[in-house]
Amino acid sequence: MKFLRDKIDQIKKPFGKGEKLEKFAPAVNALDTFLYVPNHTTKHGAHIRDAVDLKRTMITVVLALLPALIFGTWNAGYQSLIQIQETVPFMDALIHGAWKVIPMIAVSYGVGLGIEFYFAIVRGHEVNEGYLVTGLLIPMIMPIDLPLWMLALSVIFAVIIGKEAFGGTGMNILNPALTARAFAFFAYPTYMSGDKIWVSDASTTDAISGETILGKLAAGQEAGYDMWSMFAGTIPGSISETSVLWILVGAAILVITGVGSWRIIVSGFLGAAVMAFLFSIWGANPLMDFGMLHLLVGGLAFGIVFMATDPVSAAQTNRGKWIYGFLIGFFSILIRVFNPAYPEGVMLAILLLNVFAPTIDHYVVEGNINRRKKRVAKQLKTA
Amino acid sequence: MSKDIRIKKGLDLKLVGEAEAKVDAVSRSQVYSIKPSDFHKVTPKLVLKEGAEVKAGEVIFYSKNDEAVKFVSPVSGKINEIKRGEKRVILEINILADAQDTFVEHGKKNPKELSADEVKSHLLASGCWPFIKQRPYDVVATSTDSPKAIFISAYSSAPLSADVEVALKDKLISFQAGVDVLAKLTQGKVHLSVNGKTNSIFSFVSGVELHKVFGPHPSGNVGVQISKIDPINAGERVWVVAPQDVAIIGDLFLTGKFDATKVIALTGSEVSKPQYYTIRIGAQIKEIVSGKLASDNVRIVSGDVFTGDKVSVGGNLGYYANTVTVIPEGNQYRMFGWMPFAGANKHSMQRTALSWLMPGKKYVADTNLNGEERALVVTGEMEKVMPLDIYPMQLLKACLANDIDKMESLGIYEVAPEDFALIDYTNTSKLEAQVIIREALDLMINEVG
Repeated sequence: MKFLRDKIDQIKKPFGKGEKLEKFAPAVNALDTFLYVPNHTTKHGAHIRDAVDLKRTMITVVLALLPALIFGTWNAGYQSLIQIQETVPFMDALIHGAWKVIPMIAVSYGVGLGIEFYFAIVRGHEVNEGYLVTGLLIPMIMPIDLPLWMLALSVIFAVIIGKEAFGGTGMNILNPALTARAFAFFAYPTYMSGDKIWVSDASTTDAISGETILGKLAAGQEAGYDMWSMFAGTIPGSISETSVLWILVGAAILVITGVGSWRIIVSGFLGAAVMAFLFSIWGANPLMDFGMLHLLVGGLAFGIVFMATDPVSAAQTNRGKWIYGFLIGFFSILIRVFNPAYPEGVMLAILLLNVFAPTIDHYVVEGNINRRKKRVAKQLKTA
Repeated sequence: MSKDIRIKKGLDLKLVGEAEAKVDAVSRSQVYSIKPSDFHKVTPKLVLKEGAEVKAGEVIFYSKNDEAVKFVSPVSGKINEIKRGEKRVILEINILADAQDTFVEHGKKNPKELSADEVKSHLLASGCWPFIKQRPYDVVATSTDSPKAIFISAYSSAPLSADVEVALKDKLISFQAGVDVLAKLTQGKVHLSVNGKTNSIFSFVSGVELHKVFGPHPSGNVGVQISKIDPINAGERVWVVAPQDVAIIGDLFLTGKFDATKVIALTGSEVSKPQYYTIRIGAQIKEIVSGKLASDNVRIVSGDVFTGDKVSVGGNLGYYANTVTVIPEGNQYRMFGWMPFAGANKHSMQRTALSWLMPGKKYVADTNLNGEERALVVTGEMEKVMPLDIYPMQLLKACLANDIDKMESLGIYEVAPEDFALIDYTNTSKLEAQVIIREALDLMINEVG
């Protein structure tokens, strides 16, 4: 192993301090630190440090995403093939799906990381690991047949306008992955909504129909799937949003490792359940009558588990997280039911609450500040 | 009346190399040193020149901003070197020690028979004043102030730090005398906090309000105790004194001498036999650690692993240090070390490492940063180690933005850098929280005072 280390050090030499290629160092460091945790030691402050770093945290999220990604890839193939053949062998579906999904991931990572590296070099900071998650999330929440160039444009918009314009990782107000989806949604609505796009090849092959459950309900039709299918995810939809089962596996990974906020996840589902329950009492249309099944369909589960928990765009105080999560769930169902043009309410709900998260935190922190002020006032009174 | 202090947030990090409760003497150092940088914000004005003979307790320099505050030599000998840095800033004053100390004689005094002003001027003249530190800002107390209370924490909860009960077990009379002296300096109370889990030797100290402290580190931090007992508001001053320094103050009145003798713990995984030693303030590290280290590639810390200062073998003990910790340097690469659950021997507060499944395990912690500095992404982790009623991330951001109003309203007066040491340790982004807080406090001193 020492040979490899020496080799890398040799390659890195021209990128060192004061050398010719110094400004490209962030790019080389990003690759090197993937192989090795660097030999940096503490200079100031505490002499010892926790084993955790942002790389480990982000990779944990990627691991949590994998079950939903693998299932989504299989389901993308399955939804298409089941409509034209009697039985669908597992591998056939997986390969069919992978044929579409892998290029999307490659484009997302290629374009996004390219921009990240560029900004790191220009601004002279190290490459942040956040895009490892964002870059995987973006294809996972897109319809399977989205043209790759649209995906690339969405990524460019999300990374530059959604993130770098605000100062880069840690500074963005909106969740970058959802920014990408919202961009695609409003820029290319025919590729992002309707009844032809949710199943692979549905727009080109007449034999395949591709409507989501929410789309059907909004059009006044029956859902057409049983509860188990909705839970397991063998239904049409964006690539990885369908399987509540595998999303919950990811949620378990996030909550057990402590990487994702359990407060947001729990309160998010709670908020959605409360709203769904209220609507089921009202019961004016099929979408309202759908009741608790709302929790199983659409992007709600995926949004709450993987997008609402993005710590940068979420509320940052613990109490704020409860409020933030609850309102996301609440508004998701509200938007779904009241605006059939946007059957996917969770995207808009999360973006909306992203904007309000700092306000929520402001009022939570204000409580602490007022406590301090009261103490001073009391002190002055007794003095 | 005793008021218990219980905290839940924090971390008791278990490290290898705890000191055995045995006190030995180490041979006298050849060179003792005083570093003005140990007294934050003090600009030294020298009284003695290079080559001058000094007695133990003789004034070497005073503070330019508060001229009554004098700093004295811990031993008798000759000032053989005054090391200066950029712009002739004094870095170190080295004193070549005599074989035996001759002391400046102040005469025995009974604090109970003296007025508050007499006690104060005696402390100032004898060089004991720098032991008294002020909160907010964590600096040497201003000589003209009168604090609302004085706090002594006789419980150090930081990993591998010296146990006050061991260090002071033969000095209780001096400690009591020191408490009597301090009681003269405030209209308010003298608060003494002790480890709640043991039968403290300090239980019988009179003239104090005794508090039993329960909970993980940083429960021993005096700042945490202040916030639970009597939080600091804008404009208020409280003073804090470390227990061994209380005993030195006590000895001054009992014997008439400034006796810089202390008991320190030599601890850490790289020390072959961790135990306690009697030394004098400013002693050479070489004399303390020579022949006692288990390896070469080590970091020697004057203080504990969270808040201490890095020193070289040729360097000297810090003025306030009660512990010398020796841990391995972590200047090695680790292949794929960032993978979740990689490195079973590395401790992490997060559950992305195996350490949460092994709560009783003792760790050998090295100085590797375990990653690189990144933007602040993860939220909620700082709160887990912050027992004060403060939003740590929000305060740190206000500090980074130099937003004085925000810092004030978020509680900057209640914190000292050491209260953010665990945040240094635990935060995913490798943010230097203690440095940020120190700089923010300095800004407050300049802007608000």
